[in-house]
Amino acid sequence: MNTRPLRLISLLFLVAGLTACGESEPPWRGHDITGVMPELAYNLVDENSELVSAGAYADNIRLLFFGFTHCPDICPVTLGRLKAAIATLEPAQRERIRVLFISVDPERDPPAVLRRYTDNFGERFIGMTGSQAQLRELTKRYRVTYGYGEKDKNGFYPVSHSSAVFVFDPQGNARLLFNQSLTVTDIAADLERLIDAGATVETRAKGRKAVAQAATGAGTANYP
Amino acid sequence: MVDEGLLSWLRLLLPWEPLWPLIATFMLVLAIYVRGLGRRSQLSDMPGALGFLTGLAMMYAVMQTHLDYLAQYMFFVHRGQHLVLHHLGPFLIALSAPSAVLAAGSPNWLRAAWQRLAGSLPVRAIYRVVQQPVIAGLLFVGLIYFWLIPSVHFDAMLNARYYWLMNLSMAIDGLLFWWLMLDPRPPGATPVTRGIGVRIAVLCAVMPPQILLGAWIALSRDVIFDVYAVCGRAWPISPMVDQQLGGLLTWIPAAMMSVLATLVLLRLHFRNERARRSPTPYPATSEAL
Repeated sequence: MNTRPLRLISLLFLVAGLTACGESEPPWRGHDITGVMPELAYNLVDENSELVSAGAYADNIRLLFFGFTHCPDICPVTLGRLKAAIATLEPAQRERIRVLFISVDPERDPPAVLRRYTDNFGERFIGMTGSQAQLRELTKRYRVTYGYGEKDKNGFYPVSHSSAVFVFDPQGNARLLFNQSLTVTDIAADLERLIDAGATVETRAKGRKAVAQAATGAGTANYP
Repeated sequence: MVDEGLLSWLRLLLPWEPLWPLIATFMLVLAIYVRGLGRRSQLSDMPGALGFLTGLAMMYAVMQTHLDYLAQYMFFVHRGQHLVLHHLGPFLIALSAPSAVLAAGSPNWLRAAWQRLAGSLPVRAIYRVVQQPVIAGLLFVGLIYFWLIPSVHFDAMLNARYYWLMNLSMAIDGLLFWWLMLDPRPPGATPVTRGIGVRIAVLCAVMPPQILLGAWIALSRDVIFDVYAVCGRAWPISPMVDQQLGGLLTWIPAAMMSVLATLVLLRLHFRNERARRSPTPYPATSEAL
């Protein structure tokens, strides 16, 4: 009996199966926004009262979060979760990450207040804010918004803002969106994977030396 | 100070995300309609004109003014936007039976192009399929459900392209559906002019699923659509209140539109019957409203 066609067919199935397995990467824990959102761009004032644009902290994975320091719940919880996730990473990996906390309440959050606030979460956290025009431009770019409620008799007012963390790779491309349902483990896993992917890209482009430099030098250069 | 206030009000009339082809389409339709009104200069066109222009203005306002900003960042405003795009605006436009005025206002080349397009076999075939009563009803309800699947809704609100696909699909389906339902011509006049009974049956059939969906949203104890928290709301409001208002807007006015349309159809039926019995034909122009 001639079994050649049968063998050929099973071989085809095997190849098809292997290719299918090779192509499918495991999904991210966060929401993949690659290609959906534009690359990182902003003009703001940082917690040291210096003008900053997206060129600052380039080569770092940047986590963008919009909030305000008087926030009673979402901001401290989210930043705390990011802090815990970053703490689980290797020291060299931590150096590759920056959390940009952007206050949408510039009236109550001048740079000095922002600096005190972000210091609670560690050196990888940088506060930024800007004029209403700058903030509106930036939030619209990422299809998010914010708004202010009525002032109470103590002058306190609530602020509505995005609860998501936007993650940008070292090239400034929008990659992931972390919402409130993600755990510390989920966040750490995605960050680690992004760092590894970035390292691979850079290894190909610049060689291992550049990676070592970026990991130790460039990461902290801008931070006092 | 007064000028500043006025300016900020005028700014609300500007589009949040300008969609130039859409603005151009609205302006073209408006120009053709007004030109048609002028050319016909018939007083009996006026009630229809009121309906048509109101419907057109409403659909424009929810897509290309500051209302669109609010619709992107408040669930209940979004539900109001879809109520206008899928129900109210198209309902008024279809009710105004604008074909005659639009034809009178169209330049010859446009009328010829339209006739060529509408006469082509594939367009006629597709039109007949989507205007088949059962398919039209399924599409009408199916689209509401589809865009409210939480994960689909999430992507639609976050991705500009999906967002416009969602809104335009609702607007186009709304126009098709109410055009089919409120067609003033006597049943059988064209292959897609259905009997009054069939249309009332479709209107009744689309009501319970909308009520069910609206009630599920309004009465849910959990936040179903988390994308509004992810993107931030236009002003601080409890997510549950936002969701309950949105649920009510999906539930009550949407179903009311079926009842209203049924009344319109009954009136049309009695008029057709009278016209059939009386020796003098009913004047065609009164079909406007």
